[in-house]
Amino acid sequence: MRIAVDKSGPFTHAPTSVSRTMTLVLAALLPATLYDIWLFGWPAALMFLVTVLSCVGLEALCLYLSKRPVGPTLADGSAVLTGWLLAMSMPPWAPWWVCFVAAVFAICLAKHAFGGLGQNVFNPAMVGRIAVLVSFPLQMTTFVRPAPLGSAGSPGLIDSIGIIFGHSPMLDSLSAASALGYIKTELSRGIPVSQSILTAPDLTSLALGTHAGSFGETSAFLILLGGLFLIAKRVISWHIPVAVMGTLFLLGTVFSAINPDRFTPGTFQLLSGATILGAFFIATDYVTSPVSKSGQLVYGFGIGFLTWVIRTFAGYPEGMAFAVLLMNALTPIIDHHIRPRAFGRTRKGEPLPLNRGNK
Amino acid sequence: MKLFPIKGGIHPEYRKELTSEKPIVALPIPSVLYLPVQQHMGAAASTVVKVGDQVLKGQMLARGQGVVSAPVHAPTSGTIVEIAERTAPHPSGLPMLTIVLEADGKDRWAELPAPIADPFTQTTQVIRARVGESGIVGLGGATFPSAVKLGLGDKNKLEILLLNGAECEPYLTCDDRVMREYADEVIDGARIMAHALGAPQVVIAIEDNKPQAAEAMRKAASAQPNVTIVGVPVQYPMGAERHLTQAVTGRETPARKLTADVGVVVHNVATARAIHHAVRFGRPLLSRVVTVSGHGIKEPKNIEVPLGTPINDLIGFCGGINGKIKRLVSGGPMMGQPIVDTAVPVVKGTSGVLALTGDEVNERPTQPCIRCGTCVSICPCGLVPVEMAALIRNERLEDAAAIGLQDCVSCGSCSYICPSYVPLVHYFNYAKGRLNALDRERRKSEQTKALVEARNARLERIAQAKRDAAARAKAQSQNSDVNKADA
Repeated sequence: MRIAVDKSGPFTHAPTSVSRTMTLVLAALLPATLYDIWLFGWPAALMFLVTVLSCVGLEALCLYLSKRPVGPTLADGSAVLTGWLLAMSMPPWAPWWVCFVAAVFAICLAKHAFGGLGQNVFNPAMVGRIAVLVSFPLQMTTFVRPAPLGSAGSPGLIDSIGIIFGHSPMLDSLSAASALGYIKTELSRGIPVSQSILTAPDLTSLALGTHAGSFGETSAFLILLGGLFLIAKRVISWHIPVAVMGTLFLLGTVFSAINPDRFTPGTFQLLSGATILGAFFIATDYVTSPVSKSGQLVYGFGIGFLTWVIRTFAGYPEGMAFAVLLMNALTPIIDHHIRPRAFGRTRKGEPLPLNRGNK
Repeated sequence: MKLFPIKGGIHPEYRKELTSEKPIVALPIPSVLYLPVQQHMGAAASTVVKVGDQVLKGQMLARGQGVVSAPVHAPTSGTIVEIAERTAPHPSGLPMLTIVLEADGKDRWAELPAPIADPFTQTTQVIRARVGESGIVGLGGATFPSAVKLGLGDKNKLEILLLNGAECEPYLTCDDRVMREYADEVIDGARIMAHALGAPQVVIAIEDNKPQAAEAMRKAASAQPNVTIVGVPVQYPMGAERHLTQAVTGRETPARKLTADVGVVVHNVATARAIHHAVRFGRPLLSRVVTVSGHGIKEPKNIEVPLGTPINDLIGFCGGINGKIKRLVSGGPMMGQPIVDTAVPVVKGTSGVLALTGDEVNERPTQPCIRCGTCVSICPCGLVPVEMAALIRNERLEDAAAIGLQDCVSCGSCSYICPSYVPLVHYFNYAKGRLNALDRERRKSEQTKALVEARNARLERIAQAKRDAAARAKAQSQNSDVNKADA
């Protein structure tokens, strides 16, 4: 019997796949997403659907235009994940066209213009979010107060269609600033942080999400659980989340101790805004983060540092998305300069000195 | 004994239970044996028999050539019916000079070298000469001539002979069974080797998934104070020479050095048994234990197989192929080689014959790399497989070499774990082959250049000599003319 040989071993393979990884990430996001839909009602559900479906549809279109297999590639789940994360970063009642434009930027420009899955330099979901944030600041910073499904303030399905697809102006009474935005505005009015933080949502509210904010960033607790699930399943490692959150927490704690009137404390930095979502789900995006563990620590530190700088000194109240994109640009450089130490070699790549006692 | 962690590695599905409880059975002598003259690393052996010769069991058929080589012996008695090029047990499927021996069924022994009665009073040269003439090579799969490796004590002060019983490849249980069934032979062989190496200590490392083997070895070594059995964690590739050395001693072998440079020499357990046979009984290496396994084999077995047995015979002895198989592999599934033709023989390095079904192989189309970095975190050599593969894909082989391609041991962990099913090791093997070929070409052209330059210099010297001679002659004749004129 003769057998054709077409490749080297190994002739066994771990039962993994790209779609399994993506599915695990989606599963980790599911509890927070369901909770947020409950919290922000029908408009949020519609916003979420529009964003995800736009991303999937645009992915299919791009694959078709580049003459690549549409079905099998869609099945890898990466477009769903991009759409999902993008939706998490949008205001819960964002109008459909904002979502769609964000999806165009995310899928067509950030991903497919670079060559599709695995080729993009920048995190597609964050490119989508930043593009609409700078283009439509009003829509992107109009946050609603949570009004759980079935409660008095929660609009019905028909009204919700009007809110997301129609022109019905959002009621001012429903809107509110996010915690970070509130502190920033108060500070610009001369009110010190030490005072405004007393009237901002407290830590419990931040953890449970019962305050105004982006769709996915409000339920810090459930996002954290999802993140820990991913670490337990070894989809992600602790390096990036710990580096991001550790840096933010340390900077917040140190500077707030020095000047509590100007800087928010570390715990507030951790629980407000998109810190936890960003640290566990955005910054850990495989394609746009460094491949080595030591590189990931540097990358995570960079994101934490830049987020804190933007939140504290720049015009925008939230800096996670900008920080992620800035560090994405540095990823190739980090990968080039930070490699693991090879067996039998020094960090510089020279053979180890001959020393019998070496460990 | 204190152990040290090794970096990276994977935990593949081992599937050793298919054969781990199957005692070693001897294969009846096949009617025809096919013995390639190269079953080892180094130079091919040169035949010392001719077609029509009657040979006896244990008689040398081909002699080793040079320092790094090994002879080939007749595994049974019979007639040499052919010496010709035949498909080699190599993935290339290229032919190799093969001695074809038709067994006469009598299995008559040749006169063997006398047993070395007390090897521990002999010099290392005596032991090495015996091991060398017995055709023993590393039976773990590397097939490096053992006599050469036993000479490492000449240049290095060795402390430990590390006997490798890790058997970290999935499926394979041949070393497990050898340790369980022939523990005394292995320990005796190991002590002889340690004596030849001048290593005061023997450490036998066995992965923790083989408790019975460890128990048997512990019992056999109980009277030997300088022999220690250690259980090492189940972690592929624990059995890689440098990694095992690091796990047991904590010493990290520097790049481009040998483990001997840190005082450790690693040999396989089956090699120790073969050396026991050669030294104590004068028997050359004529057979080896092979694990025949995989879901594609009807009755998986551990078999003591005469070298030269066609793989077809082996599969037949195990009840044949069961259903549809996807891959046929010689060795383990991680580092083994594909078998191109089931007519090829079992050779000294064949530790396993695996018939694997589609489910076991789990091959899928390659998808785009998502840079998950798993290959980086599991690489036991601390390399960046994703980056090396990207460079090789763009034919930037020198750049790949600059970031450590030649440090890769082709263990296959990265390919195994890749969620996008990128055949990383395939890229690396391709690049290593290309770089070796380029290196050979470069050396060849340098040699040619040197030869041409030497020739030009020689021609120039000759021409110069001629010119000088002519000038001298002219001067002489002028002188004589002058003399004539004077006269």
